[in-house]
Amino acid sequence: MLGFVARRLLYLLPVLLAVSLLTFLIASLLPGDLAYVILGDQATPEKVEALRHDMGLDQPVWWRYLGWLGHVVQGDFGRSFRTGQTVLQAVAERLPVSFELMIFAELIGLAIGVPLAIACAARSGGAFDRFMTGTAFAMLSVPTFLSAILLIYLFAVELRWLPATGYVPFAEDPAGNLRFFVLPAMTLALAEWPGIMRVLRSDMIATLQEDYIALAKAKGLTPSRILFVHALKPSSLTLVTITGINIGRLIGGTLIVETIFALPGIGRLLVGAIYTRDLIILQGVVLLVAAGFVVMNFVVDMLYAVLDPRIRHGHA
Amino acid sequence: MATLELAISDDVAAAPARRRRSLGPLFWAAIGWIALVLAVAILAPVLPLPSPIDMDMLERRAPFSVEHWLGTHGPGRDELARAIFGARISLIVGLCAPVIGLTIGGALGLLAGYFRGRFEALVVGSMDVLLAFPPLILALAVTAYLGQSILYLTLIIGVLGIPAFMRVARASTLTLARREFVIAAEALGATHLRILLRELLPNVMLPLIAFFLLGVAVTIVAEGVLSFLGLGVPPPIPSWGSMIGEGRESLDVAPRLAFMPAIAMFLTVLSFNLIGDSLRALTDPRQGAL
Repeated sequence: MLGFVARRLLYLLPVLLAVSLLTFLIASLLPGDLAYVILGDQATPEKVEALRHDMGLDQPVWWRYLGWLGHVVQGDFGRSFRTGQTVLQAVAERLPVSFELMIFAELIGLAIGVPLAIACAARSGGAFDRFMTGTAFAMLSVPTFLSAILLIYLFAVELRWLPATGYVPFAEDPAGNLRFFVLPAMTLALAEWPGIMRVLRSDMIATLQEDYIALAKAKGLTPSRILFVHALKPSSLTLVTITGINIGRLIGGTLIVETIFALPGIGRLLVGAIYTRDLIILQGVVLLVAAGFVVMNFVVDMLYAVLDPRIRHGHA
Repeated sequence: MATLELAISDDVAAAPARRRRSLGPLFWAAIGWIALVLAVAILAPVLPLPSPIDMDMLERRAPFSVEHWLGTHGPGRDELARAIFGARISLIVGLCAPVIGLTIGGALGLLAGYFRGRFEALVVGSMDVLLAFPPLILALAVTAYLGQSILYLTLIIGVLGIPAFMRVARASTLTLARREFVIAAEALGATHLRILLRELLPNVMLPLIAFFLLGVAVTIVAEGVLSFLGLGVPPPIPSWGSMIGEGRESLDVAPRLAFMPAIAMFLTVLSFNLIGDSLRALTDPRQGAL
């Protein structure tokens, strides 16, 4: 196990390094000179030249990359030239919002997907199973921003039950905070549950054909006890693996949802940085998100290896 | 953006075995819808439609009428014409971008799966780097800096699809390369090039094409999201995504402005998913085990 962790860790480093290089290249090689962006209307050739020199933009790209990487390794991701905030401050301020949204969404997704999967697997091939499988398939074709529009229309415009946009910190007004999160989290959950249901359902159907389930039936255990106690846990393996994949989709979804519902999270920070061409924030946030994503996938890999010994011994 | 990843989750039990050989009415309905969208998109310039750009100031946000079948939006442009011209954007980006993934990713996967060794490690490693970026974020960042154009949009979404196509091609090649017909060809002294092109490629093509259709669905959504956020094709060129984005502003007075392009996009994405999934079920060797 230790050897497996070490191998994966060794692999992690070059990937992270390549991610940082790609982030830097995207941000610095694309057209649009940072000096012009900062100076805006007041850009004269002399001023641009002076600023480029001050910021080191006249140095070769590889030299700038090394300098940037040196700072990043020490935890200095730079400072927005628009708000004066450092990247880390901005991210730390907004991360809780994004996390709350993602956790909320995942919980709702699980709350919808898991019971449906169990109900489908209990009578696989039945009318309910076929109906839900079809519905899940159709739901996978509904883009996040479409479900967002639909939910806003239903619950904010027509019924006026929930606010369409806005945010209050949890510490100020817990109930109000949750109210603002209901629609965004529902939107994301609508994209999450079909995947959860499909994966858990097919694994569960396979589990229910195992001998020990037949034994449990023969012992006269109730169907619900068999389903929830004996079959659910061994069927959850694939669900854990796809979590890693899901996180990437969830991050993308969070970005859209935060923008639509005006939640001040990481996604909105990023989209805002794109609109205002705030390059330092953009490159810092992209790097942090990508690095976080890589590390999370690493953790999921580890978790899976703990759950399934075949993986760490290289048989799978 | 639903990533391409989701589509390759092997969902064996989800596709009932009996669907394996017969393509149901849903499949043909999906084909029919795609054919319709394709036809109106191609014929858009010659169809007797009002211009999608010209504004009819007297008919702003007008309801359905003989003159404007689907009404008009805020500034008074014809919604039907916009929806049809929007289909062109969705289809151009949706069909072209996955071609990039199919060719580059397919070729890389084929070579990696056949030659193995260091080359495979390099390909898989670099794809892992590309996969490290949440795709939507990379697409947003790049379009924001390259500027908004159909070409850049297609290129960036296409490049982001390469890893997924690579994985599909490599996985098929890995199993195929051990099959008897490949070993026989090797024994007969066939060159690497011949084995790759004549023996492996035709077999790898089938799952790749099924995956291509799923890729089209994902791409149409991706283009929709970017246009919805105002970072897709520049206005006033209509696109389904930007129409939905504009319609969102008038959800309270004219919800149809958001819902009509939304329905068109949903049906198109669903159709591509249905066709792709049916083809995948037909070609997926794992189905044989059922």
